[in-house]
Amino acid sequence: MPIDVKIKKGLKLNLKGEAKNSIEQAQKSKTVALRPSNFHSLVPKLVLKEGAKIKAGDEVFFSKYSDKTRVVSPVSGVLKEIKRGAKRKILEVIIEADDNIEYKDFGSMNPLESESSLVKERIFSTGLGIFLNQRPYNIPADADDTPKAIYISAYDTAPLSASYEVVLKDKAEYFQNGINALTKLTGGKVYLGVDKQSATFLKDVQNVELITISGPHPAGNVGTLIHETEPMNRGERVWTINPEDVAIIGEQFKTGKYNAERTVVVTGSAAHENNRKYFKTIIGSEVKSFLTDFEDNSRIISGNVLTGEKIESDGYINFFSNTLTVIPEGNEYRMFGWVPFKDNDIHSASKTSLSWLFPNKKYDVNTNLNGEERALVVTGEMEEMMPMDILPMQLLKACMAGDIEKMENLGIYEVVPEDFALVEYTNTSKIEAQEIIRNGLDLMITEVG
Amino acid sequence: MNWIRQKIDQIKEPFEPGNKLEKYRPAINALDTFLFVPDHTTKKGAHIRDAVDLKRTMITVVLALIPALIFGMWNAGYQHYTQLGENPAFLEAFLHGAYKIVPMIVVSYAVGLGLEFAFAIMRGHEVNEGYLVTGLLIPMIMPVDIPLWMVALSVIFAVLIGKEAFGGTGMNILNPALTARAFAFFAYPTYMSGNKIWVSEASNVDSISGETILGSLAANKEVTYNAAEMFTGIIPGSISETSTLCIVAGALILILTKVADWRIILSGVIGAAAMGLLLNALPSMGVEGNGLTNFPWYNHLIVGGFAFGIVFMATDPVSAAQTMKGKWIYGVLIGLTAILIRTLNPAYPEGIMLSILLLNVFAPTIDHYVIEGNIKKRKKRLDMKSVKTA
Repeated sequence: MPIDVKIKKGLKLNLKGEAKNSIEQAQKSKTVALRPSNFHSLVPKLVLKEGAKIKAGDEVFFSKYSDKTRVVSPVSGVLKEIKRGAKRKILEVIIEADDNIEYKDFGSMNPLESESSLVKERIFSTGLGIFLNQRPYNIPADADDTPKAIYISAYDTAPLSASYEVVLKDKAEYFQNGINALTKLTGGKVYLGVDKQSATFLKDVQNVELITISGPHPAGNVGTLIHETEPMNRGERVWTINPEDVAIIGEQFKTGKYNAERTVVVTGSAAHENNRKYFKTIIGSEVKSFLTDFEDNSRIISGNVLTGEKIESDGYINFFSNTLTVIPEGNEYRMFGWVPFKDNDIHSASKTSLSWLFPNKKYDVNTNLNGEERALVVTGEMEEMMPMDILPMQLLKACMAGDIEKMENLGIYEVVPEDFALVEYTNTSKIEAQEIIRNGLDLMITEVG
Repeated sequence: MNWIRQKIDQIKEPFEPGNKLEKYRPAINALDTFLFVPDHTTKKGAHIRDAVDLKRTMITVVLALIPALIFGMWNAGYQHYTQLGENPAFLEAFLHGAYKIVPMIVVSYAVGLGLEFAFAIMRGHEVNEGYLVTGLLIPMIMPVDIPLWMVALSVIFAVLIGKEAFGGTGMNILNPALTARAFAFFAYPTYMSGNKIWVSEASNVDSISGETILGSLAANKEVTYNAAEMFTGIIPGSISETSTLCIVAGALILILTKVADWRIILSGVIGAAAMGLLLNALPSMGVEGNGLTNFPWYNHLIVGGFAFGIVFMATDPVSAAQTMKGKWIYGVLIGLTAILIRTLNPAYPEGIMLSILLLNVFAPTIDHYVIEGNIKKRKKRLDMKSVKTA
């Protein structure tokens, strides 16, 4: 019997600009970029120099603090440029891709019939370990840990996000193989969260503890699933991984090739309709290889509107992103916007707008802050967006104050920034909740580890 | 619109960073943002934001106050003329009240916002909108004849000592409007209590008596008003607290817009009703009560400042309890103590002001225990876990 996770608190945001469910091959990206900043807290040590020839699967850099945390090249080609910032910090490693990808051969391995230690060794030595993220803190998994469980959420409830039914449509076999490999990494269970409503093949996946999810965002967040099944305690480690990356692991075990294929959905009202669909591309591709038709004065977000990162149209998609959202910039003045019940076409979870009368209306959103940052005054609104048994305002205040004991007591280990995305979206005082949580987590890493 | 925008940008030019009036930016920004929601876009975190902001929230409270304010203006005039034996037309009564009350509102906003602007400039932060509500609340809870300089002084005390001393909006412990009233109450008791202040000009004109219902009850006198008058508010009292009807209208606005927490209002009413019932039951227990304890419990809910206080003051999110469970406890305790002070303490015929201020002080303590409850659950989970693995 699957575990049923049903939540009530949260918010289903209906936005304009949904994508068609069709997949297309993207143009070949001439270059790909690997950005150390995509792997939080990772300090890269480069293995290669500019001009080196590499195959797909060759190591590019590893973590200064753990040489088993490796990032390998998604394509074959030449290491074209290492972009550095202040203090020679590595910002981007750019690889010029060959026309036909040449793969490094890791050989085939059946994870179910292999020793756990060999499976783990293979995952981390061939650079697949970078797909695993550790909770608490949301940082790359440490190869020396054994997590108490592994969580995969194949139901993204964030607005305008990719559907894993579409993404994994022809990858079911590899996905299962990847799951088989993951079961060898933990002494506990591998949880797979799926949409309760859909009759997806994901419900037939073997060797997992199935979670059927229903409810508004953040129902599909991994953090919510962990909280509802095996909540995190101090000192515990849990790993999380995205579904498509499970398929990459599965394929690599089967064929021996690191095929870093990424299915990216282009969404958002500022992307033109003929461009709004799924594209098969490579991890770290140029955005322009699949985003071709969009409005001027728009914001391109690698990820969804709540948690994504702003990128430029000549930039590269983030390592973990499978969504590219394009929405209009909101750099315009709006007269008398503070009048209650005015501008009801701007979505508001607050009842000071009439937008709540139309729960199924789709909204055209832009990036305007819709106000200015203020001291925290209103209480009770954060709780409405927090399905976990956590006091959001008190935890945020503890993070702001840097009170480690209080943060720990109030459950900092159970959350990552994305769990506070809706708190941030709906907040009357416009505080940067996700950044506060991230800073709080970083403080915990340095003080507690 | 573009033309206005350009004009404003022109006016703002000398206030931009690097120019000579930069220091006064918060002041000009406060004015500008009342015309236009700025063109600021999200920089970090979520790329989209809800349409709500603090201005909208505060203006909603002001809207909710309007029925009680209008009624208060009319009632001030009506009480004055009827006690003189005249029967005023609506407009006549309203204008008499407005003549008294509008200057109080102007003084309150001018002095209060002046201080808020000064602090914003001094501390280099934007002007917070909280005073829009506070500034209107202060005149609404004063007796109609209070001199304007007293209003000004109360405002200064409330803003300086009640709010800014703690760090400004969002940091204060006590409700600023009630702080202003408490200041006036203790500093100038002759203007704030007694029998001669609740109806306009009562102190100058002998024929006006104008005692409040609670005042009469405290003196063990007969109450000459019926329940309908108490509910609609055609009775003497502080400017806007008399009409439970208008306050209920305001409460509906606040509850439907979720600007005020219904938990506090409901639990406050439950607490007050419970205390009223208990006191009403005293004679059956062999204790002889007084006029106030024997006053029917449901009438306790509709006379005096109780309704106004529980709807507009107790729900101030900054000074109230902030946790969900805490709000229930906080509300019930306000209701209980308000009626307790009202009935058993002869010095204060109305207890809601002191009861809210008292619970404002205890709100952090209530929250502390609610938070501890959450922490304990988490610790217990950890202990269970360690027992299992050990």
